[in-house]
Amino acid sequence: MSGQGMGETLPPPRDVIGPAAWLRENLFSGWVNSVVTLLTGAAIIWLIVTIGAWAVSEARWTVVTNNLRLFLIGQYPADQAWRILLNLGLISVLAGLSAGAWGGATRAMAVTLSALQLMLAALVVASPLGIIPAGVLVLNAALVWVAFGFGLRGWIPRRPLLIAWVLSLPVSFLLISGVAGTPFPSVSSNVWGGLLLTVLLATVGILLSFPFGVLLALGRRSQLPVVSIMSTGYIEIIRGVPLVTILFMADIILPLFLPGEWRLDRVARAMGGITLFSAAYVAENVRGGLQAIPSGQIEASQALGLSGAQTNIHIVLPQALRAVIPANVGLFISLLKDTTLVTIIGLLELLGISRAILAQPDSFGAQMEVYVFIAAVFFILCYAMSQASYRLERALGVGTR
Amino acid sequence: MTLNVDPPPVAAVPPWRDVRVLRIAAQVVAVIAVGLLVAFLARNFATALSERGLGFGFGFLGRSAGFDISESPIPYSPADTYGTAFLVGLLNTLFVSFIGIILATVLGIVVGVARLSPNWLVRRIASSYVEVIRNTPLLVQLFIIYFAVFLQLPAVAQSISFAGSVFLNQRGVFVPGPQLTAGFTPWLAFVALGIGVLVAARAVARHREDTERPIRGLTALGWLGLLTVVTIGWVLIGPVAFELPVRARFNFVGGLGLSPEFAALLTGLVLYTAAFIGEVVRGGIQAVRRGQVEAARALGLSEGETLRLVVFPQALRIIVPPLTSQYLNLAKNSSLAIAIGYPDLFKVGQTMANQTGQPLPVILMVMSTYLAISLVTSLLMNIYNRRIQVLER
Amino acid sequence: MSRSRLSFITLMVLALVVTACGDTAPSPGASQPAVSQPDVDPTESVGGAPSTAPSESQAGEPAPSAGRLAQVQDRGQLICGVNGSLPGFSFLDEDGQNTGFDADFCRALAAAVLGDPEAVEFRAINADQRGPALQTGDIDVLIRNTTWTVSRDTAWGLFAPTTFYDGQAIMVNSTLVDATTIDELEGAAICVQSGTTTELNLADRFAALDYQPIVFPEIDPTYAAYEDGRCDAVTSDRSQLVARRTAFANPDEHVILEEVMSKEPLGPVAPLGDDEWFNVVKWVVYATIEAEEQGIDSTNVADMVETSENPVVQRLLGVTPEGTDPFESGLGLEPDWVVTMIGAVGNYAEIYDRNLGPGTPFDLERGLNSLWTDDGLLYAPPYR
Repeated sequence: MSGQGMGETLPPPRDVIGPAAWLRENLFSGWVNSVVTLLTGAAIIWLIVTIGAWAVSEARWTVVTNNLRLFLIGQYPADQAWRILLNLGLISVLAGLSAGAWGGATRAMAVTLSALQLMLAALVVASPLGIIPAGVLVLNAALVWVAFGFGLRGWIPRRPLLIAWVLSLPVSFLLISGVAGTPFPSVSSNVWGGLLLTVLLATVGILLSFPFGVLLALGRRSQLPVVSIMSTGYIEIIRGVPLVTILFMADIILPLFLPGEWRLDRVARAMGGITLFSAAYVAENVRGGLQAIPSGQIEASQALGLSGAQTNIHIVLPQALRAVIPANVGLFISLLKDTTLVTIIGLLELLGISRAILAQPDSFGAQMEVYVFIAAVFFILCYAMSQASYRLERALGVGTR
Repeated sequence: MTLNVDPPPVAAVPPWRDVRVLRIAAQVVAVIAVGLLVAFLARNFATALSERGLGFGFGFLGRSAGFDISESPIPYSPADTYGTAFLVGLLNTLFVSFIGIILATVLGIVVGVARLSPNWLVRRIASSYVEVIRNTPLLVQLFIIYFAVFLQLPAVAQSISFAGSVFLNQRGVFVPGPQLTAGFTPWLAFVALGIGVLVAARAVARHREDTERPIRGLTALGWLGLLTVVTIGWVLIGPVAFELPVRARFNFVGGLGLSPEFAALLTGLVLYTAAFIGEVVRGGIQAVRRGQVEAARALGLSEGETLRLVVFPQALRIIVPPLTSQYLNLAKNSSLAIAIGYPDLFKVGQTMANQTGQPLPVILMVMSTYLAISLVTSLLMNIYNRRIQVLER
Repeated sequence: MSRSRLSFITLMVLALVVTACGDTAPSPGASQPAVSQPDVDPTESVGGAPSTAPSESQAGEPAPSAGRLAQVQDRGQLICGVNGSLPGFSFLDEDGQNTGFDADFCRALAAAVLGDPEAVEFRAINADQRGPALQTGDIDVLIRNTTWTVSRDTAWGLFAPTTFYDGQAIMVNSTLVDATTIDELEGAAICVQSGTTTELNLADRFAALDYQPIVFPEIDPTYAAYEDGRCDAVTSDRSQLVARRTAFANPDEHVILEEVMSKEPLGPVAPLGDDEWFNVVKWVVYATIEAEEQGIDSTNVADMVETSENPVVQRLLGVTPEGTDPFESGLGLEPDWVVTMIGAVGNYAEIYDRNLGPGTPFDLERGLNSLWTDDGLLYAPPYR
């Protein structure tokens, strides 16, 4: 290309920056590339136009808006729905405070939480639910930023905040299920449904399976053959069968194995099934983290006279668990998607309630609308979380330490 | 578990601090705890059975099933036994999983490479595809694919037809069915001849490789020879005849038909798994050191050759273990067939559990079958993994 | 060091949560079986607190003798297995309420046993789950358009009297399929729901004919696939075909063939092995029929208690005339349970008309489901 003659001044390179250069570099760098670009471009435009035309002119979105309450909270009593909004508010405050106190990945989480609530508010405005819940949602979204301001000033120390997070699970649970004879009357889990149930199943599933999974991972690496064999057997059996079969077991078979007078409600059984299932996967994640701990650390702690349990608690687990947090966020995402399987055993989570809605005479034939709506809800939730998990991965510096 | 330490002075360590004693004690406690749990469950189970006058056994397998199954690779009628029905379900699961794994691998590699394409548009499309698929539940995707795509195809009367032999409608895809003719055996002779040509060409090529004047492209020539001989034989003899699907009163008959349930399940599984495989492939390719690619370029290999000869073989070592778990996921996810009416193992199992009144034996059979499929798949993949790892060294 | 301690504390708290929150599923591999007593309490529905005080049995005590009637009354809620996707029988309306003929029989049972028609936990169950749900005793009663057969009677549970006499039929889209008899459907694809008697009857009816069953586990996909044209025909109970047809885009195009393929008596089912409970379920159905026969309905039941001189009515309503001994039904229910029940949901005719009658989109004729006095099959034994 170059090397014409020393005396000549080369013309300045043309188009190394600017839109034209970008196009040439990225889309039309050769004839193969150009053909590929044109073909795929045409296909994409056709796809977007077709789907767009359907979404704008043909689709009956009223099925979604008219049934929005069912989609969001299922048969949860309408006059108690404020408890869920209140719960969201509490989580919003906590998220805001944490974002202020820690920054980094928690800030991304707060942004997501507030954005999600604003989106939800927009949807609620379009539905017959009215302006009040939408207003509360907007308020919640704002609350995140108020709390963020407080958190930023460092008025709230981190440790109580951490404890508050740990407590938030039982508190949320109590708030949603309620206690008889209080301003929060008991609401049977039978009527929990929609998005509420989806999120609850996934959250409870991942949190409860975590300690169990850690125990299994330690058990698998145990030097006691009996413990190791039992843990390994459990992990491999669970990972070898589909979740539906486990849910089927939990829903249909489990009552046969419990004394006649013990009744577990159906949601609890599904949660149990999901927990037992995901524990095996958590265990494998944690095992990965455990294997990454150099044996020198363990030897050093033994040399210091720490017992096996002490070594695990003080040396091994803190490092291993930190390393597996991103992997567990990934697990949470897949668990959130997997909760749709409980519709096969008849629970009315987001997908299940949508099928009940499709049975209404008014919404017959609106399958595409309903399924696309659900897919969009899942996409937004999962995408937001996967983005948060990338940030978390970077913030924790996994792999760089 | 054997500890080769010298026996410590017996008096010095009391048994409750003796590591060996503690270990055995811990294991005994674990066994007893699990044993108690199992006994507790078993007792409740026995009580529940006797209270309701139910039995537990596998005797029903020999009884006539009475229900029909919409598609089956082996002949099946409602008069056949529950055992046969179960086998039909198993074969259907294996069939969709096997085809699904192959197609998902192919599509996954395409996606993985497309994610790293120099073309911006291709890159964006591939990554949007991956994000959309990975962030929505498979079950929802299956509903959309089945109800919004396959069932919205034209009715039988308005079938889309390709060259009068392939038909596409909402009852499925119908293609000409291959049937072996009398000429099939003679044609095998042509195949053998062609293989002979290829082997000879490769032998010569390998022989000349060691000499000073290697003949490049001889192997390719051998392949060409094989193809030519086989094609000539095909044209001359016609070893396979095709039965065309014909429209009957309600639907096409004859030829090979794929039901929309099967097609939707297969499409769903392939699209879903390919997105994950694509990420695995991308990760594998990116893990190959840049220097390797640069070195290959410096040696004058083309882009395709670099991928094929340098990058893929190395990436494969990284790809295979996560690929195995994707294959297992695909096989397990095929159980979602129940939602769209494809009679797989789980679907047939559920009907059996309901009809026989023996849910526990049936679900145990279903679970152990899935477990066996998983174990065999990971065994095969482990063998393959070991082979490519050895080849590398 | 402090961070690791914190992690440990977090872990312990989580572990506590595990045991506290009732993760009662078995935990193999863990050293302690963390089986906690499940809370029997979250029972009262919002609004209507049950009248009976929930007194729970102790964890360790074996209580095999506690019958289901006592269990239901302790729990304060009836667990009723329903279809959940069948307009007219049971489906979820936009307010999230289960409505329909079957759902109302659940309410009738709850009113009879608990005094509160809303003390019902509706559990949507698909056809394939019916047997196991009854066998495990997970539901107190199944009222889900379930056909009474001998094998189900012996393997699933005890069938209470039929609430709806039906017959299996086949529906075709007349614009696409030109058939007026079933034999003309040779070679057709037929949508059917799995785990139903209709699936088995279909196999019987087409034993000599070639056909392709397209089998779905749930009711919605079955009809959605049929309406989309996946199948040439769909088969089910006639009432169900009528009910689902009303929801089609072009109901007039769909024709139900004349031939009745089978007898389909649909009724409630109680789990095996509890005669006391079975009797309660049985007589709740009979009482709705008897009430219709005696002319007792939800509007006049209160007056009847005061004014009726008819001893049959008095016994049924638990009225004890002066100078006689109170009538003992032996069912273990309150003496005035029929009054509560009829006041809450009405007699058979009211339940039928409200959900399937002329005022509804289904407009099903009573036909066989008339009283025996009107040439129907509804016949309640004497209540005495």
